[in-house]
Amino acid sequence: MAENYVSTTNACKMCTPMGAALVFKGIENAVPFLHGSQGCATYMRRYIISHYREPVDIASSALGEKSAVYGGGPNLKKGILNVMRKYDVSLVGVATTCLTETIGDDVGRYLNEFREEFSDLSLPELVHVSTPSYSGTHMEGWHAAVRSLADQVVREKGKAHDGVNLLPGFLSPADYRFLKALGQRAGVRFTMLPDLSETMDGVIWDDYHSLPDGGTPVAEIRAMGGAAGTVEFGMSGGLFESAAGVLERKFGVPARRTTMPIGLRATDQFMDVLAEFASCDMPAKDAFDRGRLLDAMVDGHKYIFGKRAVVYGEEDFVVALCSFLGEIGIQPVLVATGAKSDRFRTAVTAALAEVCQTMPVIRDDADFKDIEDEAAELNPDLLVGHSKGYKLARARNIPLIRVGFPIHDRFGGQRILHVGYEGALALYDKLVNAVLEKSQDECPVGYGYL
Amino acid sequence: MNQTILDERKSQVHRIGEEPFAMACDRPSLAGAVSQRACVFCGSRVVLYPIADALHLVHGPIGCATYTWDIRGAISSGPQLHRLSFSTDLQEMDVIFGGEKKLEASLRELIQLHAPKAAFVYSTCIVGLIGDDMEAVCRRVATDTGIPVLPVMSEGFKGNKREGYTAACKAMFQLVGTGDTAGISPMSVNILGDFNLAGETWIVREYFRRMGVEVVANITGDGRVDDIRRCHGAALNLVQCSGATMELAKMMQAEYGTPFQRVSYLGVEDMADSLYKVADFFADKDPSIKARTVELVRAELSELMPKLAELRKDLEGKKVAMYVGGSFKAFSLIKAFRHLGMRVVVVGSQTGTEEDYKELAEISDPGTIIVDDANPLELAQFIKEKDVDVFVGGVKERPIAYKLGVGFCDHNHERKIALEGFVGMYNFAREIHASVMSPVWRFMPRRSPVRAACAAKEAVNG
Repeated sequence: MAENYVSTTNACKMCTPMGAALVFKGIENAVPFLHGSQGCATYMRRYIISHYREPVDIASSALGEKSAVYGGGPNLKKGILNVMRKYDVSLVGVATTCLTETIGDDVGRYLNEFREEFSDLSLPELVHVSTPSYSGTHMEGWHAAVRSLADQVVREKGKAHDGVNLLPGFLSPADYRFLKALGQRAGVRFTMLPDLSETMDGVIWDDYHSLPDGGTPVAEIRAMGGAAGTVEFGMSGGLFESAAGVLERKFGVPARRTTMPIGLRATDQFMDVLAEFASCDMPAKDAFDRGRLLDAMVDGHKYIFGKRAVVYGEEDFVVALCSFLGEIGIQPVLVATGAKSDRFRTAVTAALAEVCQTMPVIRDDADFKDIEDEAAELNPDLLVGHSKGYKLARARNIPLIRVGFPIHDRFGGQRILHVGYEGALALYDKLVNAVLEKSQDECPVGYGYL
Repeated sequence: MNQTILDERKSQVHRIGEEPFAMACDRPSLAGAVSQRACVFCGSRVVLYPIADALHLVHGPIGCATYTWDIRGAISSGPQLHRLSFSTDLQEMDVIFGGEKKLEASLRELIQLHAPKAAFVYSTCIVGLIGDDMEAVCRRVATDTGIPVLPVMSEGFKGNKREGYTAACKAMFQLVGTGDTAGISPMSVNILGDFNLAGETWIVREYFRRMGVEVVANITGDGRVDDIRRCHGAALNLVQCSGATMELAKMMQAEYGTPFQRVSYLGVEDMADSLYKVADFFADKDPSIKARTVELVRAELSELMPKLAELRKDLEGKKVAMYVGGSFKAFSLIKAFRHLGMRVVVVGSQTGTEEDYKELAEISDPGTIIVDDANPLELAQFIKEKDVDVFVGGVKERPIAYKLGVGFCDHNHERKIALEGFVGMYNFAREIHASVMSPVWRFMPRRSPVRAACAAKEAVNG
């Protein structure tokens, strides 16, 4: 057991407003707005751009010393007006920061005042979410923002329709694209919230767009109350009521929760859920992909059996990855998240129970110092996670299979497909090849056939 | 109709020749304008970050540390401690009851674990609000551990990057004068405001070695605490990136009488001039230094200039936009681009001063747009308006250029290619060449002949 430190070294998490900003980037013509000092918006933009390589405009109320004393209301209102002047904005998503939470700014009240003061203007949707940076991780911010959208934008049940709300959590643009296409194949009309498929992995432009194309249309969010159901991936946020919960409580939209569909079993589960709403059985493409995945799992099983993996990252994502690694014969030996979570242990254990003979060391509230210390005794063969594990991978001379966010040291992180049978197959190839490449590199004479 | 340049920002944009020079700057960023600037903390963090054998502890919630972990390509030839990200990771209870205990415990355990030569403790927004007495904690821990523990008063909301530079200089100044200066050559300098990105400080140090000048301290690229402690023993401070380290030079002049010179290691003239300034300064101590320096510059240029001429053939007439943090880079690059036959038509900075912009206006061509504290939509408009071929900037500017199908030169913190010195000028020219000459631009919709043909057809039919 590694020592417990007071300090944090090389955090395995981001701060709460980051998650909210990312969610608002997945709404059509929305501008994320951080109510705090200018640095928060700029740091997060830089961090996000380094991964996605897309313009990421995040507004800030740019609070200075005066606002910290007298309150940030005036800057917030002025900032929203300026955003409206510069952008054809349909929604402004205001997330608080540690600064404004601590000085006690009541953003909900400021926004109501704003709506009254400027009732003569055509106003965008104004959504606010409380994201104190000292409480939780970026995923708490993510879930809180999705919930705020469900709570504040969906005002009535509206007309009942056969669409399905899909709350996928934090995945890659390639994943969001895959899920949308899957819905089309299966004949299910998804309202996916958020949808970063185009906004964060867009096409080249012939003229500058003040805001990227794509994202969940606000009108579709408004109609979520009338949907046939809500499918939510993961444990979604832990303590508080999730967006699916809000829609169920307020409008009676039945909520279904399922593991993020990474790997065979989790995708099977999702397909079962989907089948309840779908107009057809499993689409032919997915049936073929499933078959190909199984075929590959057989072809490659010996190369990876018993390989010892360290898996780290966001709770829901890590649980799903573990489920996949376990079922293909890789043994997770250390599973860590930066979040504080009571349910993490249970969820990882459940994901591995059927397929692994021994349970890994499971750590929540972990930083990379903890992960390094724990890994020292576990003799891992592989690291699976975002690119901040590079330091450890280099120190131990083991491959890092880059998944999730952020990927700052490789190209194309936004196009990594994790979900569905297709995503599982892509990840499978990467995992097997990482193992093969290492053994080939280490072979004194090299070889041309396996 | 959307306003690309908000009314309140108009006075921060100047077009040379269209009106008499007048520019507003040094203002807080406008709310909602999506400034490219960061905060006070950022200013302090970037300046102190390269000090490799110091512990850098961020006292605040996790984000400030996460987003600055290993953020700069500031290389160390020895210790790598600066590349770790330490935070007190303040939680709700700490905000309510105060973070001093957590800070003290964190400092003690980290100093024990890593045995740093000094510790810098960065204050963040939240610390400024909850009123932790960081200075008292630092004093206590310093007394007990025997190493300097320096509070950096960098609360994010208390200004912009510039205030952060000042806070960093104040923290470093506490180290200056605490080391033994015995054995320092009378012909010695400190290198201020260079961060050894991609090993740039080493290039410059090598020039000084060839000139016979000792470098006492790099402040802060490949920096060491003990060097900074004795840097008051140097005969001269060389200040590049004046925004970041001029404050320290001034404090040292006031306290120790150390004179300073402003220098820049970017481009051909500025690099050579910087070396000549040093040679002039020491000429009375060593009359032969002038000749050695002339010979050094001659040797370097005779290698560099033919190579530049080769690249210039392809680059002649191309137009450049640049947006940088401080302006010193802009001055040097405008001149550097002239060697490549290229014209800078848009130039801006996050934190330039009125003098900076005035000087930019003097050395730039008529029609050039000068901008202070710009934002993505303004920059995109300027790129289009001036139809530029290549943009020089950092990570946040890159997608703006790329989305418009415009080349880009990464002149940022994390770059892996050295751009300083004569060799750096060649690398710079090659990087510009590599971007501008790529065949990809011809396929971009903004430039594509297909699109032009359609437009022409429309015009005919219309």
